[in-house]
Formats: sequence, structure tokens, C-alpha cells
Amino acid sequence: MKRRVELQEGADLDGFRRAARALFAGQVPPEDIVWTTGGIPALFGEGQVPEAPRLALPRAVADLVGLVVCHRDPERYALLYALIWRVLHGERDLLTLASDPLVHRLAMMAKTIRRDVHKMHAFVRFRAVPADGGEHFVAWFEPDHFVLALAAPFFVDRFRGMRWSILTPVGSLHWDTVALAIGPAADRRDAAGGDIIEESWRGYYESAFNPARVNPALMRAEMPKRYWRNLPEANLIPGLVRSAASRVGEMTERAAVPSAKRNPEKAVAAMSDQDPKTLEALNSLIAASEPMVKGGTRAVLGEGPIGADIAFVGEQPGDQEDIEGRPFVGPAGVMLDRAMREVGIARSRVYVTNAVKHFKYEQRGKRRLHQSPTAGEVKHYRWWLMRELAFVEPKLVVALGATAVLALTGKALPVTRMRGPHELGGHKGFITVHPSYLLRIPDPSAKEAAYAQFLDDLSAVRALSAEVER
Amino acid sequence: MAQSSLDKLRILADAAKYDASCASSGAEKRIAKPGGIGSTTGSGICHSYTPDGRCVSLLKILLTNYCLFDCAYCINRRSSNVRRARFSVDEVVDLTLGFYKRNYIEGLFLSSGIIRSPDYTMEQMMLVARKLRRDHGFAGYIHLKAIPEASPWLLEQAGLFADRMSVNIELASDVSLKRLAPEKDSRSISSAMGQMSERIAEAREERRSFAPAGQSTQMIVGADETTDEAVLRTSATLYSEYRLKRVYYSAFSPIPEASPNLPVKAPPLRRENRLYQADWLLRFYGFTVEEIAAGGEGGMLDLRIDPKLAYALKHRERFPVDVNSADRELLLRVPGLGSRAVDKIIASRRQTRLRWEDVARLSGGLRRARVFLVTADHHPARLIDRADLRDRLTPPARQLNLFE
Ligand code: SF4
Repeated sequence: MKRRVELQEGADLDGFRRAARALFAGQVPPEDIVWTTGGIPALFGEGQVPEAPRLALPRAVADLVGLVVCHRDPERYALLYALIWRVLHGERDLLTLASDPLVHRLAMMAKTIRRDVHKMHAFVRFRAVPADGGEHFVAWFEPDHFVLALAAPFFVDRFRGMRWSILTPVGSLHWDTVALAIGPAADRRDAAGGDIIEESWRGYYESAFNPARVNPALMRAEMPKRYWRNLPEANLIPGLVRSAASRVGEMTERAAVPSAKRNPEKAVAAMSDQDPKTLEALNSLIAASEPMVKGGTRAVLGEGPIGADIAFVGEQPGDQEDIEGRPFVGPAGVMLDRAMREVGIARSRVYVTNAVKHFKYEQRGKRRLHQSPTAGEVKHYRWWLMRELAFVEPKLVVALGATAVLALTGKALPVTRMRGPHELGGHKGFITVHPSYLLRIPDPSAKEAAYAQFLDDLSAVRALSAEVER
Repeated sequence: MAQSSLDKLRILADAAKYDASCASSGAEKRIAKPGGIGSTTGSGICHSYTPDGRCVSLLKILLTNYCLFDCAYCINRRSSNVRRARFSVDEVVDLTLGFYKRNYIEGLFLSSGIIRSPDYTMEQMMLVARKLRRDHGFAGYIHLKAIPEASPWLLEQAGLFADRMSVNIELASDVSLKRLAPEKDSRSISSAMGQMSERIAEAREERRSFAPAGQSTQMIVGADETTDEAVLRTSATLYSEYRLKRVYYSAFSPIPEASPNLPVKAPPLRRENRLYQADWLLRFYGFTVEEIAAGGEGGMLDLRIDPKLAYALKHRERFPVDVNSADRELLLRVPGLGSRAVDKIIASRRQTRLRWEDVARLSGGLRRARVFLVTADHHPARLIDRADLRDRLTPPARQLNLFE
């Protein structure tokens, strides 16, 4: 005797799942079941269905079920149950047998559903309606299948900050910027009327069309006519197609007008004349640019006179520098100042700057933890540093630490071994450690020794810079 | 929108329509944060189609169609007499958001004529992207056309906000570029491409976001004498050297008031179509440029049949191929079998011996494959020697009409 199973109108995934579990628990074969839809949500006609154990279906099968229940085909439940039956009776990998007639048919149905969802994502057109505290966006759409729930997450993800409703003949979606509600079927007359932006959109659509390439058949394959009545741009199509030939004719007739405004030299000159012309101009560019490291509330620019004898290049501004907006004012800066004083270099006569112009840090509670820039980040800033030095034209460039060396030479060189005079990116240069390195040495006597060595380096720097003739 | 703005929109959309790249695919997945709008899905959505069959997924406009340059193939060149207009940064931002919120588009594709200086122009485009992202929490797709002559730091800044950057190579040969785009310099184009591919690779390593959808380019076809083979060779180099995501081919299109330096007649659209097919074989089917070119004559692809069929007809000794035993590489060379069908064939034949009907369920385009495939119940061996094979597989000759 045949069993009658009645499921709800639409995509009744829950109902099907319950029925399939119960039927399978009773080992009812597919050919003994008649599946119908549209009735009251009861199974087997009357009475309650006992909760049957879950079915252990492969993931791919469960996913396919979720798609195919959305199809309009009244046979969908019978086909799905047949699939489940076979999968659980020894054909676990049935879905990979794409050439099997049942698998093929279900795959085609799933494809149809995916396409319907995709078309809904593409062809829903919102219209803005004035509402309390802003705008409410309302759309009317007619999907071919029961895909509302499947299509919803896309709209939530995309239009999160907007209030919107999508009305359809099989149900409606409402989003209030926080939660999604699924509502009853709607009527076309509930949908919003015109929208002032539509005119612009139609203008855009018309202009984006190239009459020399008209191909309405291709267009219809991708945008079937049944969608047209809800697309504000669609009623332009017949006119555009009709006038295409004459528009191309006109274009080619108007061809080959000798040009009046030809002066390539001026254009090329204008083009090559674009680099910043002064250090101030460069600095305002740097200040207006995005940090290319994480953190960095503001750019910390170089400081000192143009034509300074010595330019010191550090790694990047630290917490203190970021707050004050000036380079070398934190603990490392204080240490550098002291060392300069001791060897007789006047801070007011040198130029100090950093390879990276922003403070890279990670926020931990209230503290901002310094993070070293990566090689890539250092390179992003290189263009600026090299231009900066070109404006300053120091006699000698001093690289403080490995990051500065990388920035100046484009290469990672070991500081300890290269310490001393070295050509740095086309400048006469000198490599030494970064003063913050001295601060980090825990052992007092080692610290003393390292500081003495730093002083030696600075003395050498002073001597070298005095040697350079301009 | 005020009438004058609508006018501008028409002018600046019209000016942008000759750029072939429109897709929003390849973006990393991203969804709007609370209060923001925009998402990218990875595959891209065509929100509409124009009667030329092309997809509308992005608001594709120029910031301005004024231009200092004078590239012969371009409607916006300095010496052309088209109407000119210019958008402000805010206008583009508002328009993008207005369209996006109505689900007309997936994002913005912004390009521009060169005004004042390449840096100034590039900066304006960067500002549009920055404003959308920072002031409006916009998480939709943004594609910026890079101005190759702009300073490296500006391209870097732009990459922080754009999903994709592109530099148009325009022409496959330096000689043609010199002749048709006298102010463009192939070296600045390739150095911009080089810079971009380096930054993209670095950012990926450092897990930062820099033009996460990669870079693409466009080549104009048919404005000069370059052969298809040379075009494809250039593409192959671009894919391997600069790791480009896509090369777009744009059949030079008749434009109003074309420069006298250009051919009067546009190349057949079919040519562009064949180049896309060949490009596909290059990227996904393991074909070499030589193999593809050998299917045609004199460096030009066969316009009447697709490049895969052309290859098969010239290599009849390799066919027919047995669907139940052939390697993946060989199956991929069978006309009418796509890579997805081949994957399904390989998965299915582990469980069963495939018959013709089975294969027919797996592939849409089997008509052409008939003579090239052996199945359990189908042995076309002798067809391969037929002299009239090519004619039998060629669609009936028709006058190729632009308006069909
Ligand atoms: S630079 Fe050349 S291609 Fe670009 S807009 Fe100007 S004229 Fe056209």
C-alpha cells in the first residue's frame, strides 16, 4: 500500500527531514511513497510523527537536499528520498557518479536553484522610501523557485547598515540593520514606486552601451525577459537596439577629422614636472598620506636645516615621537642628544629623520607596543626617504641600525659587521647601531662599553663630515 | 541628481565604455561591518546586461575625460572633439553609494584621463577610494586604473584601498605604442606593473591587504598590424612575469572622430572572442602559445573555428581519445570537453565504464566531440581520416554581421 506524505507549500526542509527520518526508520522504499505538497503541515495525513533517529548522510548529500527542496518541481521530494535511500543502502559515493540519471537530474535541479539565487542577488532593485530617521529600501522581486531563505544572507552581508525589505509572491524579507525577519507573501502593489536615482541609473545604462557591438541575443541569455519588468533600465533596451545601426553609421562617417589641439611637448613636459619641488611640498605629501604600517596616528617628519653636515636616519618614530609629532624626542632621542653633545656635534646643525614615517604599534590595553616594521614596509617608505635626503643634501648620512641600512641601501646588511664608513644609497655614509639598542643592554658594564663605542662612532662621523668638500 | 550631474554621468560613462575589464571577480570575501555597506563574494555578480551582451557589474566611469595625452585609439585624447566633463571626488563617491544601495552595482571601476599631471590625477582617484572606505565604511569592490607615469608612492597608497589595480598595456608591441600613443612609455607601463606585482606578493606574504584581487590589463586588438600570436605571446609573458590575474582584449572599436592614424575598419569581434578562448587555453588547459598559433595560419587564429578545435584538426594523430582511460591532459584537449566535464569524467570512471549517454550527461558541448572521443559503446576511429572533417565541424559559413 502506498504511503501519502504531505509537506508544506514552499521549501519545507524541516518537514522533509522529519518525514525522511521516519520513513527510513520504517524501511519504507521510495516506490511506496506518494509525496504531495500544499496541505496542512502534518505528516502521513494525520497524527504525530514520532521523532526518528537522524540520518547519517554525507555532507554533499545534505547540502544537495538543502538546495533541491527549494525547487518548484513537485517530484523533488521523491527524487531526494530515492537518493537518500540509495546512499544509505551501500552507494555512499553515489554523488560522485555524475553520469547516473538520478544524480544528473538532481544536479541539474541544484544548478537551477543556484542560478535562481544568483539572479535574485543580481536583479533585485531597491527603491528608497522616506522613513522615520532615514530611508527604507524596498524591492519587489519574483523568483522562479522557493529561494528566499537561501538568498537572504547575501543581502544581510551586503546591506547591513541599511533598512530594507524584499517583497515577493512567495514571502518577504525584512532587515532593520540588526535582525532579519521572514514575512508572508506580498503583493506587487505593496512595493515602492519610483526613486529619483533611477533616472541617473538609466542614463548610465544607456551610455555604457556600445552600439558597435550590439548583440541582444547574448543579453537575453544572461538577462531573460521575465526579469525585465522589475528592472528600471529594461524598457530602454528596444530603443537602444533599434538605433544602434544608425549610430554606428554616423560614427564612422564622422571619422578622421584632423585634430586641432596637438601639442605633445607640452603634455609631456607637464607630466615630467610632477615630483614635489621642495622639502615642504614633499613633507605635506607625506603628512597627507596613509600610514603604510599598522598604527601610526600621524606622520613624523624629518627635522633640521637643509644642507646640514650630517643626516641621522633612524628606524621609526616611537610612542613619544608619535604624540609630539617630532623625531628623536623619546628615550632614544635623549641618548642620541647626549652622545652628540659629548663628541661636540650640535643637534641644531644636524638633520634627523626616520626610515619609516609612522609609529607601528599594537594596542595592548592602554599600552601601545612598538613593533618593528617589516622589510616590505620599509621599502614602501623608501621613495620618500630618498627624496627627502635629495632635498637636504647632507655631507654624510648616518644609518642608525639595520632598518635604516635597509631603507638606504635596499639591502639587509648586518650592522655589527658593516659598522663604519659605507656608501649608503648614493650618499657618503656611516653605519652604526641605533641608540635604543644601547638602552636595552641590561648589564651596566656592557652598556658602558657599548656607549663608549657609540661615542667613538660619532667622533668618526664628525671627523668624516668635516672632511667632505662640497 | 541635478540635470548637469546627469549630463556629466552620461559623458563620463560613455567615455569609459571602451575599457573591456568590467568584472569584479577575484576579490577576497568580505562583508560589511555593522553600520557599513558592501560586500564582495569572490565570484562577482552581473547586475545587468547592456544590449551589446556585456555585463554591468560596476559603475564604470572616468573621473574626467579631459586628457593631456593624445593616444590615437582613444576617444578622450587631447585632439578629439568630444564633449568634456569632470567629476569631483565627492560626486563619484555619492554616485557610487547611491547606485550601490539600490543594488544596481557591485562596486566602482574608476579610470581617468590625465589632467594637470599623472600624480595629481592618480591622487584624485586614490582619494575617491579612500573616502568610500574610510568615511562610508564601504566594503564593496573598487578597481582603480593606475596611471603608469604616477609616482610609486601614489600607486602604493591607491593599493591600500583598491581591490584591483590595472595598468593598461594598450598595445602588444613597443613600436605600435610609439606610433599610436606618442606620450606613453612602455617602460613606465612595465615598471608600474612590476611595482604592483611586487607589492601584491609582499602584502600576501605579510598578510596585509594590497589590491587583494590582483592586477589586470587591457590590450587593444586590431588597431595595428600585430598578429594574434604576438598578442598571445605578450599575454603569456604578462601572466608569468607580472602574475597578472587577467588580460582583457578589446577589439578596437570604431569611435567617433577617430584619428587618421587608425585603420578605418574595426577588426571582427570574432577575433576578440577567439583571443579570449586562446587565453583560456593558455591559463587553464596547459596549451603553449606555439600550439595555439599552429592551429591558425600566419600567426592569426582561425576565425571560423575555435582554437581548441583548430588544434585538434591539425593533430588528428592524437585522436580519438578513450574517455575511459586517457590522461587528464589529453582529455582537456578534446574539443567540446571543458575542464569541469573532464573532472566529472575522471571521478565517474573510477566507478563505472562510461558509455556515450553517460558522457553526454556530463558535458554540454558534446556534438563537436563525437569524432574525437571513444567510449565503451562508441568508436569513431575512421572518421578521423575523413578529408571533409573540417567542413563537417565548421558552423555553416554566414556573413558575419555586426548586427546579428
Ligand atoms: S592617456 Fe591616452 S588612453 Fe588614457 S585617456 Fe588619455 S588619451 Fe586616452
